Amino acid sequence: MNIDKRLVRKESLEKLFDILKQNSKKIYAPFLKNGKTTFGNAENYAGISNGYIQTSQSSKDIAFPRNEHILSFSRNKEGMSVKGIDLKDIPDVILWGVRPCDAAGIGELSSIFNWDYKDEIYNDRLSKITVFGFSCNTSDEYCFCTSVGGNPGNTAGSDILFTKLGEDGDYLAEIVTERGAAVVLIAPELFERSEITGKDKFLAEVQVRFNQEEIKEKLDRFFESKEWISQSLRCLGCGACAYVCPTCACFDLQDESHGKKGTRVRCWDSCGFSHFTLHTSGHNPRDVQSARWRQRIMHKFSYMPERLSVYGCTGCGRCSRACPADMNILESLISIQEVTI
Amino acid sequence: MVDLIKRAKELLETSAVNVVIGYEQGSGNKTRALFVRKAEDADKLIFDSRCVQNLAAYVTKKEVKEMGKMAVAATLPVMRSLIQLASEFQVNDSNLLVLGITPGSELIEFGNLADLETFVHKYQIEIDVRNKEILDKLEKMTQSERWKFWIDELSPCFKCYACRAACPMCYCHRCTVDFNQPQWIPVPSHELGNLEWHIMRAIHLTGRCIDCDACYNACPLSIPINLLTKKMLADAKEHFGGYQPSLKGDHLMSTYKPDDKENFIH
Repeated sequence: MNIDKRLVRKESLEKLFDILKQNSKKIYAPFLKNGKTTFGNAENYAGISNGYIQTSQSSKDIAFPRNEHILSFSRNKEGMSVKGIDLKDIPDVILWGVRPCDAAGIGELSSIFNWDYKDEIYNDRLSKITVFGFSCNTSDEYCFCTSVGGNPGNTAGSDILFTKLGEDGDYLAEIVTERGAAVVLIAPELFERSEITGKDKFLAEVQVRFNQEEIKEKLDRFFESKEWISQSLRCLGCGACAYVCPTCACFDLQDESHGKKGTRVRCWDSCGFSHFTLHTSGHNPRDVQSARWRQRIMHKFSYMPERLSVYGCTGCGRCSRACPADMNILESLISIQEVTI
Repeated sequence: MVDLIKRAKELLETSAVNVVIGYEQGSGNKTRALFVRKAEDADKLIFDSRCVQNLAAYVTKKEVKEMGKMAVAATLPVMRSLIQLASEFQVNDSNLLVLGITPGSELIEFGNLADLETFVHKYQIEIDVRNKEILDKLEKMTQSERWKFWIDELSPCFKCYACRAACPMCYCHRCTVDFNQPQWIPVPSHELGNLEWHIMRAIHLTGRCIDCDACYNACPLSIPINLLTKKMLADAKEHFGGYQPSLKGDHLMSTYKPDDKENFIH
């Protein structure tokens, strides 16, 4: 559909929130906890943060929860009985305050969950999410969305994208999808018809730092490079980067049993962990951290474009901000681009 | 840190060590670990108040050990960690040289771990005032209030294990939480899984944790998990007269004295 542009007065945002709550909508929005901005169930508008560059965690766990019960099982006289989850129990959710890099990440995550097997639970959750994107008017040295095909006012992935027009201004609302249009119908009086142009001047400036096609081409010949070792010596091998990433999709399946009953849980996992690739024989094909760090970069910038025709990074910079050892993905990519093979 | 750079260069030029582990300028206002293997790269070494990552976490890593003899630029918490690691047979005089940075920012090179231990024992491990106040507050809570506090604090934990990775004492090749047949600790990061993981971590570190706060600093969600180990440290002080890492290896949790208090048995 063509993007419909409307004006939303700054005081109307709170009204919109209240009307959606009155319509029994579940709203997830960013709020502050322990000095970090993170998504959570928003009960009132006043608790929502708005001064953040980026939330410390991505919003991916609304579609891909860190622990997802995928089935339950029990043993009785007749044998085992297995029951899947009831998709009807998955609620409709409005994701409020998503940055464009996270909204773009939904497409990348979806390409993984629909590669060969179509993941029913993931797709059902996604079909019940309405994304309220909020453009960026600030950025920091970790942001690089423009190097990976995004921009601070990118509409991709959002159902409605709000852009603040100036420091204390009203909002431009771009109605991107039918799902966004359905929200407008709930409170049409708040979305005023208006001729707004020049959105770009209100957006953060994020410089292009590398060319991802060049990186991809380089990586094809870079597998055995010593650069991986020097880049990753300080990597501690935790999963912080993967868990805050909007596109990392690796998971582990765990059975939790209590007597004759139990559940199967899909839990986040990370290629940064040494046990991620450990075989039952004891052999580990990625025995050192440099091989794991290489996997992280190769997966996002070589394997995903090859197999899924999308890159696996939205330039949100979260992994670099979260890393306890200051592994900086932007810096690594620039050095890969600059190194001669 | 001119002295450190100069000494690092000498050590590498004379092949006295194969690698010097220190800090360099990182991204933004951060500092980060630097592994200097060539003398000319030693100029990147820095030291200032931002250098708080515990570098002792690297000395047990396979890739680092394989480099051969290492020198570590060690602040007091790093020195303490290295003594504890030596008592657990993870480092020794043949593979480690300590370039100590004193609390007054002076460089002091230790010929051996015994000398390092003597230096380390001049300083008591003291819980800082701010955290002491929080511990007191927690102590005064009712059991249900304390339960609510910890459920609330631990609920965001997604088990990235950055706390474990950043801790020098968490060097096990296979951690209890990585076992899933049988599961000792629930793997999912739900309420019970998070509680059991953090309690187990604190218990495993009692009498070994040197209170460097690496776990808290590493947590991407800033969960105050260091309060658990601080509480164990405070209890160790109250019941056993405190804790100092020592080469003798008389660890608090694995030794017994006939006059130990038994008032915890009800």
